[in-house]
Amino acid sequence: MVEKFFQDHERKMPRDSLITSENDKRSKRKRAKSKQETSRRENNEEEEAQLTGGKGTKARKDIRNEKTRRMEKEEVREVDENIDEGKKKQGSTKKGEKKEDGGKQLVKEKARDIKKKKHKKAETSSEPETSEEDDDEEEDNDKDVVRPECLSPEELEKLKEAVDERKKLIQSLRGKPWPMKKKLVTLRESQEFVEKYEGALGKGKGRKLYAYKVLMTKKWMKFQRDFENFKTACIPWEMKIKEIESHFGSSVASYFIFLRWMYGINMILFGLTFGLVMVPEALMGRPYGSMPRKTVPRAEEASAMDFAVLWDFGGYAQYSVLFYGYYNNQRTVGWLKFRMPLSYFLVGVGTVAYSYMVVIRTMARNANESGVGDDNSFNFSWKMFTSWDYLIGNAETADNKFASITTSFKEAILEEQENHKDDNIHLTRFLRVLANFLVLCCLAGSGYLIYFVVRRSQKFALDGLENHTWWERNEVNMVMSLLGMFCPMLFDVISTLENYHPRVALQWQLGRIFALFLGNLYTFIIALMDEINLKRKEEKVVKFNITMWEASLYNGTVLENSTAPPVTIHPADVPRGPCWETMVGQEFVRLIISDTMTTYITLLIGDFLRAVLVRFLNYCWCWDLEAGFPSYSEFDVSGNVLGLIFNQGMIWMGSFYAPCLPALNVIRLHVSMYLQCWAVMCCNVPQERVFKASGSNNFYMAMLLVILFLSTLPAIYTIVSIPPSFDCGPFSGKNRMFDVIHETLESDFPPWFSKVFSYASNPGLVLPFILLMVLAIYYLQSTSKSYREANVELKKKLQMQNEENKRKNKRAALKAQMDLEEARKTAQEQQRNNNASVQDQEVYCVSELSDSWMKMRLSRK
Amino acid sequence: MGNKQTIFTDEQLDAYQDCTFFTRKEILRLHGRYHELAPHLVPMDYTNEPDCKIPLALIVNMPELKENPFRNRIVESFSEDGMGNLSFNEFVDMFSVLSEMAPRELKAIYAFKIYDFNVDNYLCKEDLEKTLNKLTKEELTPEEVELVCEKTIEEADLDGDHKLSFADFENMISRAPDFLSTFHIRI
Repeated sequence: MVEKFFQDHERKMPRDSLITSENDKRSKRKRAKSKQETSRRENNEEEEAQLTGGKGTKARKDIRNEKTRRMEKEEVREVDENIDEGKKKQGSTKKGEKKEDGGKQLVKEKARDIKKKKHKKAETSSEPETSEEDDDEEEDNDKDVVRPECLSPEELEKLKEAVDERKKLIQSLRGKPWPMKKKLVTLRESQEFVEKYEGALGKGKGRKLYAYKVLMTKKWMKFQRDFENFKTACIPWEMKIKEIESHFGSSVASYFIFLRWMYGINMILFGLTFGLVMVPEALMGRPYGSMPRKTVPRAEEASAMDFAVLWDFGGYAQYSVLFYGYYNNQRTVGWLKFRMPLSYFLVGVGTVAYSYMVVIRTMARNANESGVGDDNSFNFSWKMFTSWDYLIGNAETADNKFASITTSFKEAILEEQENHKDDNIHLTRFLRVLANFLVLCCLAGSGYLIYFVVRRSQKFALDGLENHTWWERNEVNMVMSLLGMFCPMLFDVISTLENYHPRVALQWQLGRIFALFLGNLYTFIIALMDEINLKRKEEKVVKFNITMWEASLYNGTVLENSTAPPVTIHPADVPRGPCWETMVGQEFVRLIISDTMTTYITLLIGDFLRAVLVRFLNYCWCWDLEAGFPSYSEFDVSGNVLGLIFNQGMIWMGSFYAPCLPALNVIRLHVSMYLQCWAVMCCNVPQERVFKASGSNNFYMAMLLVILFLSTLPAIYTIVSIPPSFDCGPFSGKNRMFDVIHETLESDFPPWFSKVFSYASNPGLVLPFILLMVLAIYYLQSTSKSYREANVELKKKLQMQNEENKRKNKRAALKAQMDLEEARKTAQEQQRNNNASVQDQEVYCVSELSDSWMKMRLSRK
Repeated sequence: MGNKQTIFTDEQLDAYQDCTFFTRKEILRLHGRYHELAPHLVPMDYTNEPDCKIPLALIVNMPELKENPFRNRIVESFSEDGMGNLSFNEFVDMFSVLSEMAPRELKAIYAFKIYDFNVDNYLCKEDLEKTLNKLTKEELTPEEVELVCEKTIEEADLDGDHKLSFADFENMISRAPDFLSTFHIRI
């Protein structure tokens, strides 16, 4: 392989040069030389000096040769100066890279010229010199290109550096503000250079290793690129989102990007629960019907396959891998000795940990991207240069955007002109207090309603679900969904009382909806807790009954010899506890389902039906429906994002007791992606008030984090403080769920490990550790605070400096001008007084002054 | 790939990927879009780098650019001749700079070019007025325009020459929270 690479390499070189020489129509030798020269020049002068120096010592060189070289260098310097001058004329926009680059090209051309000149010169001079020159050229050529082994180690080092530099250039090429043509040319040149000298570098001691390394890096690069291509090809819905983006601008698209992000997270959660919990249990665990917890009880058997029951996740659905209760407490399952309970526990913890990690990482990245954008010093400039959303490609959206930009400018102007003059501050205050009071009432009312409904449903559940109507059975979920639907509208109405700036109003609105959802969720959880307690009481009774039942069973049948095999009872007939974990899981699944349904139905009725009605009734209506009252609906970004966040919160909360929840959520998100994309494109109009998407990104993320925290709290509470049911689930028979860790430590790890662990978990070690962490947090926070302060301070200083500079420059310019005028005056006077004898001096004086003035102006620029 | 007729050689695609922020597929798509603009002008086969240019009038009619008030400036500032005729290379370059992946510094350089209407390497008052009028469809009164321009210069001008040099502009734009999210076009 390596050999082949080298052969390839050596074969390639002459071919390359042949091609280029055809282009150049110059002799091959000259071309090679000049090219080598230019490439060397391009790197840096130091390196060149080194190389030439090295050559000087190696090859025999006469003084004349040295001289020409010096001349050449002088010319180069001249070129550099030229460039600088040209640069000044051109203005300083393109700065460093551009300059360097322009220089390079000029140098290249110049170098070629020099070469030509030199050659001509050599030709005009005596014969032997010419030949020597040519020989020399050939020497150089050979040495650098074909026989690098005669280079000294330092030169090799230099060359290596140059090659690395080229490589870096190739890497950073895409970020260079050059026209594409030049980029392509530079790329090709650099690649040729690298290829040429990389091969050369390889000769020597570590030749094979080096070549191998080069080969591997090339392969690796190619692989990376392919992988990158593959990755972008895997990002779903790119075109769909793009289309929406071009119609509705970035804020609506941000919702869909958020949705896609959520989808990704749920995919991973789904992979975890599916791959590590559901599939192993289904494949390797005991089959359905082998034990009581895996069988539908006799009483329910008749209706277990009814659609209504299955839709409620009862019957066969309840006694399947979808829920906690189905799992067996066997320590290992299957021939793989898969630790099922441990895996169940770790997956539960892992989903939460992973979610935390992802959310926090995204937040940090967002914070980085948005930078320090909260100072108001560039209000107008930002409005001017960043308010247009380049993504917009739809006429209507563009019109809205124009309008919103105009209003924002007008607002800013107004604010600038009169710094907020409130007409009746008492009235607004009163109205705001009133609005908040109303909102609080709403929240409290909705909380009470949910609590009431949940209690009622418990009563119904005790009576047995069969003798109640559909509404009574689904009351809780329906009430929660309806509250979630109508309360935000109510809040919207209330918020008109407050007369806030729209952006502030939006944040209030979001905050209120957030509080509503949170309140509802927590009432729901509290009610669930009540139910759990009830079930646990029931469980105690059942447990007692079972022992009695077993005793009676044994007493009645196998009294005479207890060694005889016990009577086989069909698992469906065995009495069993209520299994509160499955109940919790079921509640969450039902909640998710009903929430999804309401979302879709509101989408269909609220958006689609409305759009259809508005569109077609408009032909026969007394006022313009499209422009007037009902109109088409706008896409409510914030509401939708909130809905998504809460949905996710429920998933996090419930997925420990119902491993199927992530799977359900993946399906839901998938469907809503298509449904909402379609609904947005076909029946929504672009928003009138377009808000910035990026600024609120972290706002949403922060909400997600809060929800994540709040939703893991109850789950962790139940895991830690409530003993698991005695006859269902992977942790049955244990005192607490986390005992599974202890068990694994004891039985699967060597004894010293558990000893170490027990030492490490003793309070004497844990407490100092926690203390240390708190201290570290405190320290980091205080340092970040001081950094921030220093930042602000520096910013202030910079501004002051700038202003001072401004003033100083102005003063200097004025002074210079005055001096000039004075000088002129004096000159005129002097001219009047004396005659031609002193004129020379005057001119000198004036020119000096004007020079200084010019310098001032230049420096000011 | 090789399932369709070759538009680019593999080397070309690699080179484009090195020089832009696009993947292979996107470059092919870009070529498709470019070809779509003027099917009779642009050849399908780009392996021998044909020299053809599409005039500004055709390019600004792309749906991505059609509604943009600065469309002419965008195209002009990416064209070599400054008149808005784009070769495929420049076309790719344009969307590369405007893509999501491009860094802020690069975007800032081209944003400056776009807002510099009279190409004097400074954003002077005239440029700002034009920008503002394009942004608001000339709905502001001349006094308001005057005020906004003055304010903008006052805010961003650091060296007191009453126009914005690139350094001023960069300093201002580097802190703008929305610049990255708004200054990009997906293709």
